Amino acid sequence: MQPMTTEQIRVLIARGKLKDTLFQGLGIICLSIGLLVIFLLVGDMLMRGLDRLNIEFFTEFASRRASQSGILSAWVGTLLVMLVTAAAAVPLGVAAGIYLEEYAKRNWITDIIEINITNLAAVPSIVYGLLALGIFVYTFGFGQSILSAGLTLALLILPIVIVATREAIRSIPAMIREGSMAVGATRWQTCRYHIIPYAMPGILTGVIIGLARAIGETAPIITIGALTFIAFLPPAPFSATGVDGASAGLFDWVMSPFTVMPIQIFNWTSRPDPAFEVNAAAAGFVLMGMVLTMNAIAIYLRYRMRKNIKW
Amino acid sequence: MFKQSKIVSALAVAGLTLFGAQAAYAQIVKIDGSSTVYPITEAVAEDFQKAKKNAIKVTVGISGTGGGFKKFCRDETDLQNASRPITAKEMADCKAAGVEYIEMPIAYDALTVVINPKNTFLKQATVEELKKMWEPAAQGTITKWNQVNPAWPDAPIKLFGAGADSGTFEYFTEAIVGKAKSSRGDYTASEDDNVLVQGVSRDINGIGYFGYAYYAENMARLKGLPIVNPKTGKAVEPSGANVENGSYVPLSRPIFVYVKAKSMQKPEVREFVEFYMKNADKLIREVKYVPLPKAAYEGNLKHAKEGKVGTVFGGHNEVGITVEEILKREAKM
Repeated sequence: MQPMTTEQIRVLIARGKLKDTLFQGLGIICLSIGLLVIFLLVGDMLMRGLDRLNIEFFTEFASRRASQSGILSAWVGTLLVMLVTAAAAVPLGVAAGIYLEEYAKRNWITDIIEINITNLAAVPSIVYGLLALGIFVYTFGFGQSILSAGLTLALLILPIVIVATREAIRSIPAMIREGSMAVGATRWQTCRYHIIPYAMPGILTGVIIGLARAIGETAPIITIGALTFIAFLPPAPFSATGVDGASAGLFDWVMSPFTVMPIQIFNWTSRPDPAFEVNAAAAGFVLMGMVLTMNAIAIYLRYRMRKNIKW
Repeated sequence: MFKQSKIVSALAVAGLTLFGAQAAYAQIVKIDGSSTVYPITEAVAEDFQKAKKNAIKVTVGISGTGGGFKKFCRDETDLQNASRPITAKEMADCKAAGVEYIEMPIAYDALTVVINPKNTFLKQATVEELKKMWEPAAQGTITKWNQVNPAWPDAPIKLFGAGADSGTFEYFTEAIVGKAKSSRGDYTASEDDNVLVQGVSRDINGIGYFGYAYYAENMARLKGLPIVNPKTGKAVEPSGANVENGSYVPLSRPIFVYVKAKSMQKPEVREFVEFYMKNADKLIREVKYVPLPKAAYEGNLKHAKEGKVGTVFGGHNEVGITVEEILKREAKM
């Protein structure tokens, strides 16, 4: 084989660089398509819904008159359902993840469990709704309540939390675990003082991704019987119920009927009066805002926690 | 961080045990059922809560007439919105659960056949012509206007109609084709009537059907097609007045609210029903439905007072029944 001349090498390099530039351009185009779609969507919703985005929109209940209609019961309902979802899915999911990574023996049973958990994440949400209708609403007698909805969505995001927990734990170097055990710590002490704190940023990311998915879910919530028109809020703890001067207990709100943002939006888009489409756009924008806020909080917390990790 | 999650889980467990003592939410009127009746009941619920200064709470869900009856007959709701009379199977379910009910017609719903405003050749249509367009045998064969009526042009028909799960679909097929749920399948179907509104308003050859309220809100973009009354042979425009005087047949039907007899003993439900019947005329006009004659609402209240339970339909739907007939008949469980 003859050695290449300088000229030939230059051509070869130029060709490589051209391909590099081409790919870079392609990447930028793909990225901007994605971004453009999001900007168009959010921009369109904002433009159409801008008229309705004022304080009253957040403090008024839904009404048959589009211009007086608000999302009070919807955003409160969404927040409370998310609270129950997080309270149920985080301890269950994190504990299950830790067990699978740190305690479970590697054998075919854990393999099967592992495959099933991954598959569960792909089960359509309506299936969870049907399951929850049978179990939570009727068998446990929770009724069409915030508790039923929260637990349903918790089931839905459980696989996401478990998988995120395991990924986070796996990214911790083995020497941390070994070091801890070498000085006589039990497995639990290792988890408690090392594994969990170090895995927390990753777990948090998984939790937020899960909650962001849950916040937009409509199908399972409708299946268990969320309401469409509801012009009152769940009872605040210790507030007067209006019945013989009794006051609400700390957790009475979990049994209250409710509605959530996606249902309210869906209801507005299917109205005969086109004026409700403005409300739907405004509510859609608010829902986007809620998801983005959750993501922002997660990023901030992750950043703060990472700063505290000193290996 | 870990401490916090411990607290959260502790609270969750505490919650699970605490709410065992269910709080007293006696003052809730629970309503569910048809999406067609929903706008009316919602308007009543909104004004009722304002009138009562929120001392009585009302919830309204949309499970559809069928889904709502399931809950109603399981004794879960107080009122049931229904866009058709109770069926024989639902009657049996209610009977098995010991649920007795009072049947109250509350408004007319008129199905409207709409065409594009730029369509100039279509002035009216007969039930036979509509049947030719929509019956199952038309699937794949009737694709042009002149196949239905030789006087119409040689242009494609673009059909838009209700999805198979809706009460609108059930009633339209029963009134036009003659058999409920019997329809051609090759048309643009949607449960969301706004999709149909958009479709017909954008296609000069479009024709579709949906509830009158959707037409009333979109008159600028759509033209309501007059339907020939089979008895008089005259074409009748879809309008509130024509529905009220009974000439817009066969596409107008009464819609109902079923009230559980046991719930009527509760003062909050009784008050709600009284408020409903007293304000029905005004509120129904406001949400663009067609109200019944005033005597019907008084009749409903009288039935409730006398405890006249059951249905006058005996478990099957009837096309073209008038409200006067409904009120005169004897209700049976």
